[in-house]
Amino acid sequence: MSKQQNTLMGWIDDRLPVTQTYEKHMSKYYAPKNFNFWYFFGVLSMMMLANQILTGVWLTMNFVPSAEGAFASVEFIMRDVQWGWLIRYLHSTGATFFFIAVYLHMMRAVLYGSYQKPRELIWIFGMLIYLALMAEAFMGYVLPWGQMSYWGAQVIISLFSVIPFGIGDALTEWIRGDFLISGATLNRFFALHVVAVPLVIVGLVVVHLLALHEVGSNNPDGVDIKKLKDENGKPLDGIPFHPYYTVHDLVGIVVFLMIFCTVLFFFPEGNGFALEYANFEPANGLKTPAHIAPVWYFGSFYAILRAVPDKLFGVMAMGAAIAILFVLPWLDRSPVKSWRYKGWISKIFIVVFGFNFVLLTWLGTQPATATLTSIAQVASVIYFSFFIGMPFYTRMEKTKPVPERVTGGH
Amino acid sequence: MSQDGVNKTRRTLLVGATGAVGAVGAGFLAVPFVKSWLPSEKAKAAGAPAKVDVSKIEPGAMLTAEWRGKPVYIVRRTPETLDTLGTLAGRLKDPENSNKEQQPAYADNGFRSRKPELLVLLGVCTHLGCAPKYFAEVKPEPFDSDWKGGWYCPCHGSRFDLAGRVFNGSPAAANLVVPPYTYESENVLVIGVDEENA
Repeated sequence: MSKQQNTLMGWIDDRLPVTQTYEKHMSKYYAPKNFNFWYFFGVLSMMMLANQILTGVWLTMNFVPSAEGAFASVEFIMRDVQWGWLIRYLHSTGATFFFIAVYLHMMRAVLYGSYQKPRELIWIFGMLIYLALMAEAFMGYVLPWGQMSYWGAQVIISLFSVIPFGIGDALTEWIRGDFLISGATLNRFFALHVVAVPLVIVGLVVVHLLALHEVGSNNPDGVDIKKLKDENGKPLDGIPFHPYYTVHDLVGIVVFLMIFCTVLFFFPEGNGFALEYANFEPANGLKTPAHIAPVWYFGSFYAILRAVPDKLFGVMAMGAAIAILFVLPWLDRSPVKSWRYKGWISKIFIVVFGFNFVLLTWLGTQPATATLTSIAQVASVIYFSFFIGMPFYTRMEKTKPVPERVTGGH
Repeated sequence: MSQDGVNKTRRTLLVGATGAVGAVGAGFLAVPFVKSWLPSEKAKAAGAPAKVDVSKIEPGAMLTAEWRGKPVYIVRRTPETLDTLGTLAGRLKDPENSNKEQQPAYADNGFRSRKPELLVLLGVCTHLGCAPKYFAEVKPEPFDSDWKGGWYCPCHGSRFDLAGRVFNGSPAAANLVVPPYTYESENVLVIGVDEENA
């Protein structure tokens, strides 16, 4: 589509760069032709974000954000509102699938070095989205005002109390808006969950994509496709995002939705992983449930927190586990991006890291027995050694030569 | 726009001064937004003392009362329990109540209570605020093979003895808090005030 002066589109384009923007980000955005399975999860994350926003708006139409009314209003949505159960499960089970997509999207970046130069900012914005998403999910879990909502909030907000010099206690009181978790906490979390954090997330997604489209997508080979261009200046190994990847991603979306719908309709609580059974009991500030665990997507960091038998150092270890992800682009000193061409130490470490993260996630959802705590301690050490060792093993190891052109593809 | 005759120094000063005044203004504007998150006047007023009749508590049993929305544990300890307390020092992080903020002066003793048998504790774990569970019996427990009775926190496995003192190896660093309390009469406990007739 070139600029047409005498059409409606031409009239609009003179006033708003619609065609130009469409071409820049869709029809003339050249993506490497060798995208594989792992490249579905960015689009899938965006789809789940849209699902959360749509179902979330509908839930607010019947949800009552108060300590007295919240629990009953969720029951009302589940039982009396027409199709309310579906909209609620789309939101609660949707959160689980949002995190599945986001974690696989992040793992993709680790596998193929998508965080490396010149994509450091894309990674940083992605991490900020992840951070906002964790805050969003945590505050959303408080809203139904069940036992897990209440005690989860109690534990997470108390994490801030480790800050010394009396700041921590004042800060927790400020966050709660009361001397204990109460309706004041619930109401402000509702405001943040429904208005403030979603705005931040959407803004960050826009910046994440703008930064991506500025430097172009990485690919499983980590080859820079902009180096080799044809006579028209188009990358030899690139294909326009639309129609090629829009249609290609449709397949991934359909398969993902099939799995999502299976869980949604047959196991909406995800066997206690997506919705914990203790949360079907109204919040009671005098009684902590016998087994308190976070929802699965926080399991890994919770396992690290519990692995350290000291309050201050436990919270610091958990904070460090998240913070160290931000500096990943500067820890990787390898001359190649993709693990396909990295040395065997990197390859082993990446695979171990992936499985270790799954293990930590599972450990965080289990009761802390002596054996499991010991395993969590070993897993925490593995988690950190992947990052701390990275500047050394990526520089030392022998890498394979990276080809000029991408391999495989269509 | 022509840059001729522009006084760069004056422009920088004006830009800086405008920015500084604007930043101060933004700082003042932030105050009501930040302060609106503090506990409301209503929340502050809700901290009335709680009265509890302790006559019905059997030896070894625990009663959970509510004060300011938080659980308060009241236990009538047996003579055997009181004897055990003195023998645990080696297993505790703070057996001597050296952290003075965890109990009022009148509970700063070996039993951490006004009357030796009646223990009054805030049921809020000093780790991350869960309500520890009462395991009164002296028997091996999954979390401690040499358990002498006390509390176990289900959240992160902190353990406390029957004076609310934290065991070594717990993530919690401090003993459970003894709230201010007094006896209005022989059997009526008032939680939230330090002295009689207060």
